[in-house]
Amino acid sequence: MRRLILKRLAFAVPLLFVVTFFSFALVTLSPTDPARIVAGPYADETRVAQVRTDLGLDRPLVIRYVDWVAHAVRGDLGESISYAQGVSVTSMLNARIPTTLSTIGSALAVVMMAGIGLGVLSAVRGGGAGRAVSVFSLLGLAIPGFWLVLVLTKFLSVRWRIFPAIGFRGITDSPWQWFLSLVLPVFAISVGPVASMTKQTRDSMLDALGRDFVRVMQANGIPRRSVLYRHVLKNAAIPLVTLLSINAVSLIGAAVVVEKIKAFDGLGSLAVDAAFSSDLPLVQGAVLYFALFVILIGLLVDVSYSFLDPRVRVQ
Amino acid sequence: MSAPTPKSFAHRLFIKPSAVISAVWLVVLLLAAAFPRLFTNQDPLYQDLLATLKAPGFKGHILGTDDLGRDVLSRLVYGSRSTLWGSSLALIVALVVGVTLGLTAGYVGGKVDMLIQRFGDILFSIPALIILLVVYSVFPFNIGAAMATLGVIFSASLSRLVRGVTLTTKEELFVPAAQVSGLSKPQIIVRHLLPRIMSLVIVQASLLASVSILIQSSLAFLGFGPRDPQPSWGGLIRTAREQLTAQPWLLVAPGVVVALTVIALNIFGDALRDTATERWSISKIKRRGRASQQLHRTPTPAEPRPRALLSVQHLSVAFPGEDGPALVVTDVSFDIAPGEVLGVVGESGCGKSITAAGIMGLVPGRGAVTAGAVLFDGQNLAELSPDQLAEIRGRRIGFVSQEPMVALDPTWRIGRQLAEAIGHHRKLPRAEAMVEAVALLEAVNLPNPEEIAKRYPHQVSGGQAQRIAIAYALAGNPSLLIADEPTTALDVTIQAEILSLLRKLGTDRQMAILLITHNWGVVAELCDRAVVMYAGEVVEEAAVSKMFHAPLHPYTQGLLRSNPHLATKGKRLPTISGSVPLPSDWPHGCRFCDRCDQTLDVCSTAPVAVSTPLPDHLVRCVRADETVRALQMSATVTHTAGSNS
Repeated sequence: MRRLILKRLAFAVPLLFVVTFFSFALVTLSPTDPARIVAGPYADETRVAQVRTDLGLDRPLVIRYVDWVAHAVRGDLGESISYAQGVSVTSMLNARIPTTLSTIGSALAVVMMAGIGLGVLSAVRGGGAGRAVSVFSLLGLAIPGFWLVLVLTKFLSVRWRIFPAIGFRGITDSPWQWFLSLVLPVFAISVGPVASMTKQTRDSMLDALGRDFVRVMQANGIPRRSVLYRHVLKNAAIPLVTLLSINAVSLIGAAVVVEKIKAFDGLGSLAVDAAFSSDLPLVQGAVLYFALFVILIGLLVDVSYSFLDPRVRVQ
Repeated sequence: MSAPTPKSFAHRLFIKPSAVISAVWLVVLLLAAAFPRLFTNQDPLYQDLLATLKAPGFKGHILGTDDLGRDVLSRLVYGSRSTLWGSSLALIVALVVGVTLGLTAGYVGGKVDMLIQRFGDILFSIPALIILLVVYSVFPFNIGAAMATLGVIFSASLSRLVRGVTLTTKEELFVPAAQVSGLSKPQIIVRHLLPRIMSLVIVQASLLASVSILIQSSLAFLGFGPRDPQPSWGGLIRTAREQLTAQPWLLVAPGVVVALTVIALNIFGDALRDTATERWSISKIKRRGRASQQLHRTPTPAEPRPRALLSVQHLSVAFPGEDGPALVVTDVSFDIAPGEVLGVVGESGCGKSITAAGIMGLVPGRGAVTAGAVLFDGQNLAELSPDQLAEIRGRRIGFVSQEPMVALDPTWRIGRQLAEAIGHHRKLPRAEAMVEAVALLEAVNLPNPEEIAKRYPHQVSGGQAQRIAIAYALAGNPSLLIADEPTTALDVTIQAEILSLLRKLGTDRQMAILLITHNWGVVAELCDRAVVMYAGEVVEEAAVSKMFHAPLHPYTQGLLRSNPHLATKGKRLPTISGSVPLPSDWPHGCRFCDRCDQTLDVCSTAPVAVSTPLPDHLVRCVRADETVRALQMSATVTHTAGSNS
């Protein structure tokens, strides 16, 4: 178990390196000059050169990267260049965490419960339910989440005013409003992952149902309910945990778009705005935060993996 | 089975309606991108400020107009260009990078392989959209750069797939053969590996295309698409969002087009995969069987057998097949007295296990008991409901399977699993059931039962696992134990231990055992009586001593002769030539006649009935009486010879 976590952390290092170095290296290729942005459109060349030196942009890429890493490990990701001067990237990003955590966390919970529930239903019932589920998973994978959230907003927010059309409310602020503000975006971004999770759960359940121990249990009179939900489901869940983490990665992308639509002040909408204004330190920081998100999910997956599968835990 | 006439891949693909419909949609899209004038004569950039935000159907605007009075249909048609161009770019990059990396990793192996694998792991765990935002912020409005990056991210899944196929293909004979014949590595890759990979790659590519269309429209929706006023699908949805209250119709068309395209790509990919794999897939046969036939059971009245614990009477089991139901067990009858050990012997494929499954009401798949009665303790099991049967299983009849290592749920501790069964059967609370579980583990002679109870199934040896599996079957104190080849998967020394355990348990608990085996040694060791089955029928039944000394059926004689335990040293072990035919090929007459060395003409004309040429000795052979006389004769001869000396 401890070895597993260490292994995962060891994987985190190259992941973080590749992601941050890639985005860092891209920046040097950029035709847009951050010094020009900071100095403003009317500054002359000497002023721009001055800003460049101030920002340390005249040093070689590797030196700047090492410098960035050295600061980053101490929680200093530099300053945003598009927002008010002197605002630290770290504080901007930290302020956005609760929103994104709410969105992605709730969506993951929905994906897990609905995906596994529907998958089990179709595996156990078969026939009509099975066909309904496969139609649903085809549609769910095809309908773009950002389109769906617009349609839902049109009807449920604009016309019937059940859910707020835009904006996010903190859970400490008002739990009920928090819930209402999350319903539409979470539903919209979950549909696709729920669809794929459903299909995968179904396949995994059918696979586990074919194992020898299921026949032995049936032949020895263990009730069907127990065989299905205490034994088969637990065995089927082992491959699903990995798939859940893949779905979580795709949820992050969907959350970025939906945050923008719903005007949520989350990491995603911040990243989009930063990309628009070529605010590279901020983009860089957002990338790092999302990469940490992925690593965190990976860790959670490993822990639940070892809970489910004793062969991983006990040698 | 008749050989199917070979048809081309395209032919087999396009007889599927799903493939045709999805392909038509994809062709329409390609045409729209290449020749937009075929679909609209409107200019996508022409603004008509007097006709803004019109509903579909307004004055020749089939899909209405947007906020600047531009025709929505023409913007959709022209918008397919950037979407398809971007997706193609991503796909080409993914194919080139992914296939190259996959081939290299699979073919070269070693450190190169490991490096490529790690790189793939990293690409896998990166949210694509986030990286694309970075690319966009560096190269604003450069869709090419963004899509090429997407292609690199996608290459991870392709390279993994290609690597897998390359590894398996490399193992096959023809690649080493090609090496011997002097082809260089690149030549081998191009000539032998690439064709193998093609179909899989195409399937994966269609899925990646659908994902890239979704990602691309999300980007365009966020404003990272073609620069205004150039149309794109995501951009159309972006406009629709701004005009959500003024003209909701704007939302419908682009959403539907994106969804249809993704669905078409997914369905087409599925159809490609099915076509590529259907030659060796059994799913189709199964489906056909289910649709055409329902198996019915002919109710058979049970004759009372007061002295038998279990009386199987005229049991038949069938499976739905392509040409009607296939009987795999026909008219099987035998009895087991309380405490008796009965062996069911025969080669694999003779219907022994299916007979056992039929007794328990657990015929696998779509098979079913089609006739006969299973009288157990005066109750006809064949007529019970599934719930009633579940009450009998475990409590009255226990079951031990062949593969002990996979007979238990690998995710549960052994003790807990046993306690679950005990708790259910004996209605005990959890703590007491746990105590009983440990006692049961002790009863099957396991050392340190407390310690074993805490282990998981993967932490015990094969022999221990079989003892545990036996303990599991004993959880409900059954009066009949059905053991299906309980020692086949074990070492010889452990086999003997398990057999003596079974004998002891049978005697101590007054438990009857139905033992399925192909091993005469096991029969000799454990059984009181034996039933020999061949091709779904009982061919001989007798007490074990009679069976060994005077086998009446040629099949039994053959089996006994080929038994290594009874072989004479230095002599070649005789075998029965041929193998058990499939149920569809069973002869009309005696089912053994094709492999029999004593056939007469009558053997192949009509099914043979069972007879009892000797008391308590049942046999299904036309020459039974003759064999009995011959045996008696030789017995007399030996007897006389013995008394003369």
